[in-house]
Formats: sequence, structure tokens, C-alpha cells
Amino acid sequence: MLPLHYNIPAISILACLISGIVIPLLPSERAALRLNLTVSGFVAFLSAILLYKVVPNNEYFVYTMGSFPAPWGNELAVGPLEALMAFVFGLVTFLSLAGGVQTLFHDILPGKRNFFFTMLNMLLASLLAMTYTNDLFTSYVFIEISTLAACAIVVARDTPKTIGSTIRYLALSLLGSGLFLIGVVLLYCITGHLLMPHLQMQILRLIATGKYAMPITLIAGLLFVGIAIKSALFPFGTWLPMAHGGATTTSSAILSGLVLKGYIMLLVKIFYRIFTIDLIRSLHVTDVMYVCGLIGMIYGSIEAYREEHIKRMLAHSSMAQIGYIFMGLGLDVNLGIAAAFLQIVVHAFVKPLLFLSAGRLSEIYNHEKSSYRLRGSAHKDWVAGIGFTLGSLSMVGIPLLGGFLAKYYLIEAAMQNPYKLWPALFTLMISAVMNALYYIPGVIAIWTRSELSTANPVEHNIGFTWIAAPVLSIAVVFLGVNGTYVMEIIQRGLALL
Amino acid sequence: MKIFKGRFFQNLIMWVNGDTEHFLPPADTKMMESPKVPSVTQTLRPLPTKDEVFLGSFTGLSIFLVIGLVSILLLTTYNLPLFGDPDNPVVNEVIKRYVEKGVEETGAINVVAGMILDYRAFDTLGEASVLLLAGTSVMMLLLKDIKNTDPEDDQIAAYEMEIEERNRDLILQKITMILLPAIILYGIYVVINGHLSPGGGFSGGAILGAGLILYASAFGTNEVRKIFTMKTFKILTTSALMTYAICKTYVFLLGANGIDTRIPLGTPGAIFSSGLIFVLDVCVGIIVACTMYGFYSIFTTGEI
Repeated sequence: MLPLHYNIPAISILACLISGIVIPLLPSERAALRLNLTVSGFVAFLSAILLYKVVPNNEYFVYTMGSFPAPWGNELAVGPLEALMAFVFGLVTFLSLAGGVQTLFHDILPGKRNFFFTMLNMLLASLLAMTYTNDLFTSYVFIEISTLAACAIVVARDTPKTIGSTIRYLALSLLGSGLFLIGVVLLYCITGHLLMPHLQMQILRLIATGKYAMPITLIAGLLFVGIAIKSALFPFGTWLPMAHGGATTTSSAILSGLVLKGYIMLLVKIFYRIFTIDLIRSLHVTDVMYVCGLIGMIYGSIEAYREEHIKRMLAHSSMAQIGYIFMGLGLDVNLGIAAAFLQIVVHAFVKPLLFLSAGRLSEIYNHEKSSYRLRGSAHKDWVAGIGFTLGSLSMVGIPLLGGFLAKYYLIEAAMQNPYKLWPALFTLMISAVMNALYYIPGVIAIWTRSELSTANPVEHNIGFTWIAAPVLSIAVVFLGVNGTYVMEIIQRGLALL
Repeated sequence: MKIFKGRFFQNLIMWVNGDTEHFLPPADTKMMESPKVPSVTQTLRPLPTKDEVFLGSFTGLSIFLVIGLVSILLLTTYNLPLFGDPDNPVVNEVIKRYVEKGVEETGAINVVAGMILDYRAFDTLGEASVLLLAGTSVMMLLLKDIKNTDPEDDQIAAYEMEIEERNRDLILQKITMILLPAIILYGIYVVINGHLSPGGGFSGGAILGAGLILYASAFGTNEVRKIFTMKTFKILTTSALMTYAICKTYVFLLGANGIDTRIPLGTPGAIFSSGLIFVLDVCVGIIVACTMYGFYSIFTTGEI
């Protein structure tokens, strides 16, 4: 008999899957919504317990799915980092859904909302499975699920524009899955295993003998490029702004805040648990990540600066933030990877806060999206205004907010690698200034009074005003003030991976 | 507030507002008023726009990229271990246990069924969910609603349906009447013999789905709707997948905690044997058949 908390990962994944399956049968949309909220809240709660149990003891355990052990059956591998990510995924899904449900009911037709809720649950299941899995093929299966579900929650809005952007998203996403699958197949051909620890053993043996050097390099490249396409690293990220900017608020928040990060979590797990991070560094994959990340930071910022549609601007900014994460991963020091994970956690809270606030502000003004037309909207719902302001300031990197600490640790990590220090510092500086250039005008605009801001009072949005916005804002401030605790958990988790 | 009157501050305020019109050069009123005379450039073929130039270079670049990628992959494949070679790394303890102990541990004579539905059932649960998701996304997009239909289209579709109803192909109908029972029976046979012989839920379900599609194309989807409606579709797929998920949750949780699941494996070779594999095969078969027919029906008529 295992300790009780060992069952939490499997239970979370299966609960999401099962509730996703049940939803099409439910009679009403309200019931589906409630089930969805309950399940994501339940996952967050369980993961918090898991985190509480795992962190003090530095536990890292392997959970067999079924009675067949390691190389024969499927397995999950769980430690502090995985538990932290699962907690973030569950909590942010819950908050995004609670905060965006009013816009969701406006954007999606009545007969199709239940399908949307199915997709959300499956998406959460796939994110959890990608985080927890110890098996390369399982991760591929759940990449497939998340691809389908992510495209479906974009296209659920069903306007010509979202259909166009979804086709582009789907094509690129499938290219990514295809490359990943080729990588998995080649890896199986030369090692004969699919479970991560056994793969690592075989690869280290092959590296020692010098056999199959070229296929191993290619496989590392294929797995990296496949995931980079899906997490919108610079040259592959062209699908992101249209897809994330056009979707309904909940979808944008979840896609930008979580889905991109799920793939990065998987990538890091593959690097640590299959190739070992030293091998990845000697294959120069980290150098590619570093350069692409730097260019992505600048490119995303420039595009965001030129954008007037507020949600597309946020989406472009996501691309820049993904650049930060990959730059951190590419710094060749362990602190850089930890800093990248802190950036992942911070961004997972900040971007949904921004998307939900922007969605709420545009909801007040008849679903207008350009920042010019949103003038004075913050005066009609000051919670959304404060949310947007806090999020923007965190993005710019004002101290006491999460974004500052993430940037601080990124710079501290860059200090440890003299070869990559100056480009990183320079780009971080430019990118921070650019962030200010496109976020601050938006903040000023929403707080500038206009004739619309004194018009009739607006309909209340309880989910946003009382649940999503306060919790997300508190999380952003908490990460800025107490982020060192989170950093401690991340570093312990990485050491155990 | 006099200091905000300057040109610089006016520009700044405009820029904060996101108002780009201010920066554009003033429109030339004379040009706009002059009568429209087709100029020389309008009669000639228009110059390629920026997008067209980009797309042109895109084609060339992508061909170059694809050739590069294909040659690298071919070169890698050339370096891979040979298939069937006893020194092939794939021949290891994993395969050995699947083949040697599979019958004893799973009760299934078909090793593949034992592998995908017992040893690695979590992956297959994911794959079955992919089918549900694919069906759901297609329904989300193509199911008739106010956004993707208008009365005129409906009238045309109804008219075409009418013509089709009157001109059913007699040869197709007669041959379908002969073939259909055999196809359905064979499909069911493949599904429920999944643990005994090659086949199983995925292939048997595909046969069943193909049978339904054949029937629909010979007699019209209205005829199928008498026995197979949207409601049946939903109930069948979700309950089948539900059964799968609940059975496997039970096995995963108990198995991981080292508790005996008490599922009888039966005598290998009997039809009711191999524990849950039989049940799971039937579930997968139902899901695959329903999804295949659902795709056909939604893509042709927009409903099931």
C-alpha cells in the first residue's frame, strides 16, 4: 500500500478525463460549467496537498499506472516541480473559467457550449499528463489531445477570422506533433525503450560507445523543434497572435497562460530525464534556444508595439515572454532554468489576469477591442482597471510584482555565464523598455475619462470581480514579494528531476 | 493646462490614444476631385504586392527546407539498426516479456491486444479520447447552427435531398442489402475476437463504421436516422468511453497500490476470457464505429 498522496497525480488526470467524457451527456450548460469548475478546483486543491507533502521531504516518486512495473507498463514521475506546475494549471484554469464565463456565453452559441467545456477538461487532463508522465509515448498521446483541444477552444467562437487563424494554428501544430513523433520513433529504434529512465540509461551507454551519434543529435533537434513550434518560440510562433487574440477570453487566458507552458515543462523533463542536461548543452541545443529566445523577445515586443487590437497586443507580448523563458533555458547554468520556471509561473498568473481584465473592459464597452475605443472603461469597473494596471506593471518589471523577480533572477543567472551575459542584458533592457512603451499607453488610456465612462452602470460579473481578478492580483503581488519561496521549490524540483 | 497645447504634446496624446490618423499626410483634395481616368499602370498587369513577393519566395524556401529535411531523415534512417537483426536494440527484455509472458499475465492470445489494452492501457485511453475529441471538434464546427446556415441554403439542401430520394441507385441498394449483414457480422466478429485473433476494437470498429456509411450512402442518411440519431450517437460514444475510463481507473489505482483487482482472466482462448480486455475491445469498437459514421454524416449533411 502506497502513501495516500501518491495517488493524487493519477486521480487528477483521470478525474479531468472522466468529467470531460461525461459533459456531452449533461442536460444544461450551467451543469457543465459547474462540473468544470468543480473539477479544476479539485485538481488545484489536490495538487496543493501534494505540494505540501512533497516539498518538505524532497520526495520524488514513481507511480505505476496499473500493476505492471517500469519498462512494461506506463508510469508517472512526480516531484516538487511537477506538483507546483499541476497546482498552477488547476488554479489558473479554474480562475480563467470563472472570470471569462460571461464573455464565453456571449461568444459561443448555446448548442455548442457543452462541447467547449469538454475540450477545456480534456485540455487540463493533457496538461497534467504532460507534466507528470514518465513515458515518452504517453507524452505524445497527450500532446495530440492538447493539440485538438487547443484548436477547438479557439474555433469555438466560430467567426471567419477565428476559423482562418485556427487552420493556421492546426497546420503548424500538427507539423510540431509530426516532428515530435518522428523523434520518438527514431529514439525507440536505437534504444528499444519508451520510459524515460531506461531511455537515459541506453543513451548514456550509446554516447559512451560513440554509436549512433548522428541520430541522437537529430532526435534531440526533432524533439526540440517539435515542442518549440507548439510553444511558439520565435521563428515558429507566427500562429500565436491571431489564434490567441481572436479566441474567447477564457480560451486566450488558458492558451497563453498554460498551454504553451505545458509543452515547455515536457521539454525540460525530456532534457533532464532522457538526455541529461549536460548532453543537451554539449549538443548546442541550448545555444539555439538562447539565440531564438533573444530574437523572439525583441520581435514579439516590436509586433506588440505596432498592434492596436488589445487582445492581439497581449498575444504578441506572450511571444516575447516565451522568448524570456527560452533565453533562461538556454543560459547553460542551472539557475537560468530555475529562473525560466519562475518566469513560467509568473506569466501563468499575469497573462490570464491581463486577458481577463481586457476581456472584462471590452465587455463593458460592447465588446470593442481597440485600445483607443476602450478609453475610460476602467472607471466603470475599477477592479478590471486595477487588474489590467497590475498586470501591465508586472510585465514592465516594477518591483514588488512577480515580473520583476523573474527578470531579476534571469539577470542573476546570466551573470554566471560570461559568454552569454551581455547580449542577454542588452536584450532584456530593450525588451523591458518596449514593454513599457506598449503597456503604459494602454493603462493611461483606460484610466482617461471619456463620455462613455459616465454612461449607464454596467451589468455585474461576479465571477470576475469577486473570484478571478482578486485571486490573480494577489498571486501576482505574492510572487513579487515572496517569490523566493517559489524559487526554492523550483530549485529543489529541478535538482530531483 | 497651457503646456499641453504644444504640437509635441498633441502628438503624444494622440499616440497614447492609439490614434494613428494624425500622423498620416493630409489627403490631397485636388487629386480626389479629379475625374477617374484609367491610368497606364491600371491597364498593365499590376506589379506583385509585398505579400505576393513574400509568398513567391516562401514556395522556393519551403521546397529547399523540405528537401533538406528529407535528406537528413533518409541519412539517419540509413544509419539505423536493421529490422529483424538479433542485435537490434528493440529486441530486449521489454519485447521478451510481452511475447513470453503475455498470455499468462493478460489472458489474451493476441499479444497486441494484451499490449495496448493491458500493459499500456493508459496510452490507449488517451487514443480513445482523441477519437471523442475529434468527433466533438467536428460537431462544434459543422453542426448546423444560426451562424453557418441560412434559409436559402436549407431550401437548396432540402431540394437536393428530394431529388436524391427519388433517384436512389437500385443496384447499389440491392448489393448493399446482400453485403450489409455480412459486413456488420464480420465487424462484430473482429471486435469480440480481438483478444483471440488479429483485429480488435480499432479495426472491427472501422469495419462497422464502414458498413453504416455504406448503408447511409445507399438509402440516405434519413433511413439511418430511424435507428441512429444524435442522441444514440452521444449516449453510445460517451457511455463506451466512460466504461473504458472507469474500468481502467479501477485497475490503475488498485494495481498501483498493490491490491489484487480480482478480475478473473479465464482460460486463454475462450471467448469470455482475458478479463477486461474483452470489455475494453467492445468499448473501443463502439467508439470507432460511431465516430466514423458521425464524421460521414456531419460532413455530408451537417447533422447526425
